Amino acid sequence: MAAPTLKLGSLLMLVLVIDASSAAVTVGVVDVPADAPADPMAALPRLTVRAQRTVIDARAHAELLSTFARESVDEAGATMRDLGAVVAGIGPGPYTGLRVGIVTAAAFADALGIAVYGVCSLDGIGLAARDRPAVLVASDARRKEVYWARYVDGRRDGDPQVHRPADLAALLGAGEVQADAMTGAGARMYADALGLPMLDVDYPGVAALAAAAVPSLVSGAPTEILAPMYLRQPDAEVPSGPAKSTLGL
Amino acid sequence: MTLVLGIETSCDETGVGLVEDGVLLGDALSSSMLEHVRFGGVVPEIAARAHVQAIVPAVHEALAKAGATLADVGAIAVTAGPGLATALHVGVAAAKAYATALSVPLYAVHHLAGHAAADTLVHGPLPAKSVVLIVSGGHTSLLLVGDLVADPIVHLSDTVDDAAGEAFDKVARVLGLPYPGGPAIDAAAASGNASAVAFPRPLTGRNDPPLGFSFSGLKTAVARHVETLARAGAPVPVADIAASFQEAVADTLIRKAIAACRLHEVGTLVIVGGVAANSRVRALAQERCAAGGLELRVPPPRLCTDNGAMIAAIGDLLVRAKAAPATLTVPVRPSVQLRWADLEHPPQEL
Repeated sequence: MAAPTLKLGSLLMLVLVIDASSAAVTVGVVDVPADAPADPMAALPRLTVRAQRTVIDARAHAELLSTFARESVDEAGATMRDLGAVVAGIGPGPYTGLRVGIVTAAAFADALGIAVYGVCSLDGIGLAARDRPAVLVASDARRKEVYWARYVDGRRDGDPQVHRPADLAALLGAGEVQADAMTGAGARMYADALGLPMLDVDYPGVAALAAAAVPSLVSGAPTEILAPMYLRQPDAEVPSGPAKSTLGL
Repeated sequence: MTLVLGIETSCDETGVGLVEDGVLLGDALSSSMLEHVRFGGVVPEIAARAHVQAIVPAVHEALAKAGATLADVGAIAVTAGPGLATALHVGVAAAKAYATALSVPLYAVHHLAGHAAADTLVHGPLPAKSVVLIVSGGHTSLLLVGDLVADPIVHLSDTVDDAAGEAFDKVARVLGLPYPGGPAIDAAAASGNASAVAFPRPLTGRNDPPLGFSFSGLKTAVARHVETLARAGAPVPVADIAASFQEAVADTLIRKAIAACRLHEVGTLVIVGGVAANSRVRALAQERCAAGGLELRVPPPRLCTDNGAMIAAIGDLLVRAKAAPATLTVPVRPSVQLRWADLEHPPQEL
């Protein structure tokens, strides 16, 4: 059976959303109405997810992303040429998956001659977990650390950071970071250490990621050069001191 | 005719090339080499971060040089291995996205087959049979090559330890010369006496494998020589040591490459890879091939080191051979051995 044909009206932009910043590989196609509010929180209920593919497998990003993109566009009843913009989660996230997602998004946009916008991947969780006033969103940063940010009524309060769970718990305990609940796969992983009530949004969702980009989408902002949020310097040591003896001395 | 866009990100060079029907139309290269200098070698994470920023601009620089647009591209070829996993992922992800968005076929190719194909861009198709010496910072191998995309590629030998280019880097460090060691040693050696120090020619003894390579011992021999001088308070003649070391490497490489030609009754030797840019390797190869009646093919230095043109070249050969494209789920293969140019669809066993 042929895929249903989507009638594209002038009041609609189809957006390809890609996030590979966590163990979840997420790709989807989202309708953004042209009259959507430029505020992410207000826009989120106006967005429609036409297709979404998500797999939880940290080693599968590179294999799956482009396939998922093609399948999502097909399922949306659209063609690549119907896409109006690409939105990419730019982390923070462990490196290889994050890079693969960002490069995939940048190359898609470049090939299609459309804009690409980067959004903080934690916003894809925080925007969806707004049923408590102050929510700590944490993702797994590996190396026994979490990437985190605090959301107040769905809006991120400050830049994302990376900490060990015990250190983040100390900040919470001291009242330096205030939250009523927490969510995200990193929060779930270290739920005991962090000790807040757990909500159930583990990974970024495509609607929330698209919502995070609405300020750029609705204003038709120029395309961006995506800059991954690594939050850590590469592990590399400058060789120092004299080389060890090769004479067995 | 199909315009093939080639993408290479296996190490620290982001390379993009455009080839159509055996002709290089445009290419671009962005290197993160300077960022690795203070570490004395390529740091994979730094290389991968640089690829992310470089790849789209490199595609456009190559297109501009070729006077083409993305709409003209009919196929994408990408290095899927071997190389640094984290670096390979960037190029492969970009290639898959371009192929998907442009609805053109994707070819996942072997980096070393690309090196061999680079020569065809300058000297035309390879003969029915040739010996290819691939010598770089990551590889030192002798290959028996027929048709690059239709025939299996026979690995005659690989280094058992360091690659020749790695030995250049390590010896440069011992001599206080900058990274990368290849060009630094080549320059220092220019004013040195190549017979000042008789460094060993590794694996050239009667009972050694005739085509085998090993450079770790040679590197240690240089380090011991330098340390002995330094401990005695004697000056270290950097130019002489550089020249003598370079001579030992060039002598060993060319000796074995010519032995491979003799052993397999092949009349053409192709030398590719970063160390093929070394002036002494080139000169000695020329001298000995001429003396031995062998045809020598060495691409110009800019096509010897990693680049995107060579990947487009192998992609172009695959397209013209009507090879089956790769699937979008083709994985990166960081340590894959070279048996076929096309990593996902080897031709049928003969």
